[in-house]
Amino acid sequence: MLHQYKLNGYNIVLDVFSGSVHTVDDLAYDVISLYEKKSKDEIISEMLDKYKDDDTVTQNEISDVISDIKELETAGKLFTEDEYKDLAFDFKKNNTVIKALCLHVAHTCNLNCEYCFASQGKYHGDRALMSLEVGKRAIDFLVENSGNRKNLEVDFFGGEPLMNWDVVKQIVSYARSIEKEKKKNFRFTLTTNGVLIDDDVIDFANKEMHNVVLSLDGRKEVHDHLRKNINGKGSYDTIVPKFQEFIKRRGDRGYYIRGTFTHNNTDFTNDILHMADLGFTELSMEPVVCSPDDPYALTYDDLPILYEQYEILAKEMLEREKSGKPITFYHYMIDLTAGPCIYKRISGCGSGTEYMAVTPWGELFPCHQFVGDPKYSLGNIFDGVQNRELQNEFKLCNAYARPECKDCWAKLYCSGGCAANAYHATGSVTGVYKYGCELFKKRMECAIMMKVAEQANTK
Amino acid sequence: MKRIKTIDTRDLKYSKKTGGCGECQTSCQSACKTSCGVANQQCEKCLGNNK
Repeated sequence: MLHQYKLNGYNIVLDVFSGSVHTVDDLAYDVISLYEKKSKDEIISEMLDKYKDDDTVTQNEISDVISDIKELETAGKLFTEDEYKDLAFDFKKNNTVIKALCLHVAHTCNLNCEYCFASQGKYHGDRALMSLEVGKRAIDFLVENSGNRKNLEVDFFGGEPLMNWDVVKQIVSYARSIEKEKKKNFRFTLTTNGVLIDDDVIDFANKEMHNVVLSLDGRKEVHDHLRKNINGKGSYDTIVPKFQEFIKRRGDRGYYIRGTFTHNNTDFTNDILHMADLGFTELSMEPVVCSPDDPYALTYDDLPILYEQYEILAKEMLEREKSGKPITFYHYMIDLTAGPCIYKRISGCGSGTEYMAVTPWGELFPCHQFVGDPKYSLGNIFDGVQNRELQNEFKLCNAYARPECKDCWAKLYCSGGCAANAYHATGSVTGVYKYGCELFKKRMECAIMMKVAEQANTK
Repeated sequence: MKRIKTIDTRDLKYSKKTGGCGECQTSCQSACKTSCGVANQQCEKCLGNNK
């Protein structure tokens, strides 16, 4: 399967099943699109007609292009066949280790963000904080179920995890105390709204957290419109100086300034660039996940605007890179040479199988977005996964689980997409959240174009 | 090739033989939390080889 598209002056041809990317001129672009549908003579005739005003396009030249295509086909870089389908189901079925937990250390929050999928941190339940005992047991549960995997991820999440900061520190300390003996390497992440950041948080997180995710929606008026404290006051002025201090002292350790955009700020590129103006370089901006009835929900009329915004962002990032002031956008990070292997690309996001969320009382859910929905309770960290039927449903969630994805060129980049988004949009974890697919495909086109442009600039 | 330039990429078919160690990051864990993909993940093995 091929995907051909034109963006920012580049003609790009993506060979889906080999992962090959080619940049071609107009003639080759057209010949490739006809190659499987027409005979050599028909292609030559059609191209001579189309390019009759171009002296460089001769019969020999078109024949050469056809030979080049044939050569790439033989080398497994064009028109490669799909041979991964059986692999997807077998690999995930046999893969039973858990390697990541999202610890909901606080089901409570000091902000009252209107769009919060966690319902102001409570996940439609009671306010709760995770005890140290539950946190330690979660670490043991992860180690016990991680098989030979060395790298284990633990995300401190909420609600707002800094509302249970002492327990977070003690959980980290416990994990560090056992990692050598257990031959594990813990990578901790902290996701925070920033309100309670102080020197202690900065020093500890910059020593222990592999990554920190700091929530900021961009421009002050955009951020304050939806991210308010319980008295209704916007949180921008409180958190921005704290984030700046945090990152100033973080050195080269990983972080993301992470925002959410909604129908209210479809010009979200301005919010990303505002983050950059504040001195941040590692940026992430996500489309809001909410009911279509919410006033800030993205609409189908917004789509063309969002496509354009993604293009503007990609071009701006290329310019900034050229001028020596690069910024990173999470969804444009794509490593074409050292990216994921085919097993990773086909096996889905791992929710419910290798990744689970743990509530303050130790209940297990397939991921943070299913927490609070009793239908999706998997078991608990004391007795392990008990709802095997549900887990098997998630084991079958992969790049080949959905008939709608059969002919989609992007399936080896999204791996079937987000099960929670699919569930919320269609009622089934193996459904398709089409709106999300459209945005994802646009982001991939931009990300690949940027790689093509970077290679062109270096040559 | 005059009219076709091929960008350096990882050969996915070949990764059937070399991949599958599972040491890579869990897709959604690190930053997005809402719109998962695997495209922006990196291969731990490849990174190790680069060191």
